[in-house]
Amino acid sequence: MESAWEAVKALVSGLWTVLIHLFRKPITEQYPEYKRPLPVRARGRIILTRDPDGEERCVSCFLCSAVCPVNCISMEGAERPDGRRYAAWFRINFARCILCGFCEEACPTSAIQLTTDYEFSKTDILSFVYEKENLLVNHQGKDKDYNFYKYSGVTSNYGDKGEHVGEQKPVDIKSNMP
Amino acid sequence: MLLWIAGFLILLVKLSIILGVVLFLAGYLVWVERKFLARLQIRYGPNRAGPYGLLQPLADIVKMITKEDTVPEGADRAFFLLAPAVVAATALLMFSVVPLGRDITVWGRRVPMVITDLNIGLLFVFAMSSLSVYGVALGGWASNSKYGLLGGIRGAAQMISYELSLGLSLIPIVMLAHSFSMVDIVQAQQKYPFILFQPVAFLIFVISAMAESKRIPFDLPEAENELVAGYHTEYSGMRFGLFFLGEYVHIMVFGGILAVLFLGGWRGPILPPIVWLMIKIFLVALFMIWVRGTLPRLRYDQLMALGWKVLIPLALINILVTGAVGLMMN
Repeated sequence: MESAWEAVKALVSGLWTVLIHLFRKPITEQYPEYKRPLPVRARGRIILTRDPDGEERCVSCFLCSAVCPVNCISMEGAERPDGRRYAAWFRINFARCILCGFCEEACPTSAIQLTTDYEFSKTDILSFVYEKENLLVNHQGKDKDYNFYKYSGVTSNYGDKGEHVGEQKPVDIKSNMP
Repeated sequence: MLLWIAGFLILLVKLSIILGVVLFLAGYLVWVERKFLARLQIRYGPNRAGPYGLLQPLADIVKMITKEDTVPEGADRAFFLLAPAVVAATALLMFSVVPLGRDITVWGRRVPMVITDLNIGLLFVFAMSSLSVYGVALGGWASNSKYGLLGGIRGAAQMISYELSLGLSLIPIVMLAHSFSMVDIVQAQQKYPFILFQPVAFLIFVISAMAESKRIPFDLPEAENELVAGYHTEYSGMRFGLFFLGEYVHIMVFGGILAVLFLGGWRGPILPPIVWLMIKIFLVALFMIWVRGTLPRLRYDQLMALGWKVLIPLALINILVTGAVGLMMN
């Protein structure tokens, strides 16, 4: 008898708790009408940024491609007459990209960056393959002042590659022994 | 002969009106359930298709009809195709004995506001309710899937167990009304609804009715997190839709029967009788949704213990007490 009374009390209090929720305002965010403000470091669509002089930052070092856990980044390196490296072509397959942000962490020149844009779903899977002209933007992204080639990695009036103040000699990749 | 044809035409008109209204209301009961349940869980519920999501049932029906109708390999084809129809048809048939209002007069003929006033109306309801077990059990068995089979077995066990307490809980009502006919039972509640005399029977009936229509504290036959979807795991398209429809028609039928047996049927002040019946059915449906939003699913042994060790003895005691009181009053 005691336990039956307990059960009835539990039932009634449960029903009452649910009933008072009927008069609460729903907490659902109505997405397309209301877009929740994102944190600044939210990870979305990937871009390739330029340095303050307006040149491409990417030096085609393949670090992003190497660190990418789903292998969605591919590129081919090339070198300008003054010794500055760049990507002949650069391709990100967003159908595979998981927006983990490892490429941004790996990038030594702050070229590859993730934006907060997440609304780029499409019905055609092939249109997710973004080429370099789709990725390249005309601003510096998050790292406004960083300019790698101001200091090193290029032939200038002061000397050849590796001859600037504090700059190491270029590594010979054909004999990369410890 | 002319009289016979006229009677037949009136029956056809009544049948088509009731079928249309019941199917329409069952569709919108899905909307009401989704909306009300959502508000109980501080969500909005469907609100994309039309204002307040009012076109959602239409969208669902279009989706279900245009979906592929698959039959799994190794299924018992005949039973598999037939089972959803059994569930939906038995649920719809139960509505034919629910009285909707006072008799009306059309061209000098009395037209009763019920499809058929069977003198064994209550027994007919039980018969149909028992038959719908076949839809569940055979549908689960015929789909050649372990989840379907388990759901079907559970459904059969649960519905047979609760059929007993459902039937026993209503015997006092029959004793009070001296009739099995639903029309007579409403007549007998001219002064007071039976819920005042039979609160225990009312409770037992509500619990058993929820178990009969496989609603959430008793939804073991379709338990999502154990059995995928139980007996209708393998069904797709409109065949799944028929199971779904059957469940919601079942809720309305039990709302109607509850209203007729305990709440005075179509009786009520000021408003027309049919409106009162609708209000009562709607309140019962809201209560069922409210319970769905509150209670977790029972374990299988709890389900059986509640049915056999609590509800059936309680119903038997209720019959004894009602009989004793009736004897003493005489």
